[in-house]
Amino acid sequence: MIAITDQHINIPSCIEAAQSDRAGAVDIFIGTVRNHNNSKEVVRLEYETYDAMAVKKMEELANQARERWDIEKIVIVHRKGVLTIGDVAVVIAVSTPHRAASFEACQWLIDTLKEVVPIWKKEIYQNGEEWLEAHA
Amino acid sequence: MTKYKVSLFGITKDIIGSSSTEVELTDQSDVNALVENLKTKFPQLSEIKSLLVAVNSEYADLGLVLSEKDEIALIPPVSGG
Repeated sequence: MIAITDQHINIPSCIEAAQSDRAGAVDIFIGTVRNHNNSKEVVRLEYETYDAMAVKKMEELANQARERWDIEKIVIVHRKGVLTIGDVAVVIAVSTPHRAASFEACQWLIDTLKEVVPIWKKEIYQNGEEWLEAHA
Repeated sequence: MTKYKVSLFGITKDIIGSSSTEVELTDQSDVNALVENLKTKFPQLSEIKSLLVAVNSEYADLGLVLSEKDEIALIPPVSGG
């Protein structure tokens, strides 16, 4: 299951989608909205996505992960739109026969997602806003 | 001359003030020509840490020659997760 959604991400359904009878491990990463960044107080986040390319890139990441590790199932779901503190922004779940691969693949997937998938995050503060990573 | 529609996201959308823009270039222009044209029209684009171009949902080299039916988007630094 790979998707961009403007709806609340249901964590149990992500875990369920990752489960497999051949798997001895399911590793899940849940990215949430925190209330501060670089010592600024964050009020909310706005995520913008280039949907078609983002889904294509996430599918490519899943395929690359499958080449590196013995993986049963991969779930990647990313939110878009307005999120408030504590909201779930992204879920990645990976099931594998053995646990080491699930940890490694899950970490690689979130790290690489942040580098290549066309998703943008704007932080809204009490007095202003900023697109993250936009300027040096 | 050929007109290309360019989709805009994140900070590029704020700088240009729209979710897409049109660029008119000579036929057989490449990605670099498109970027330079936009940076001339919108100098603030040069202040962004990096500015990539996606053609048909794939990151494109600067030398890629554009064709009329290509789906083009500006990709400022991504910040998902």
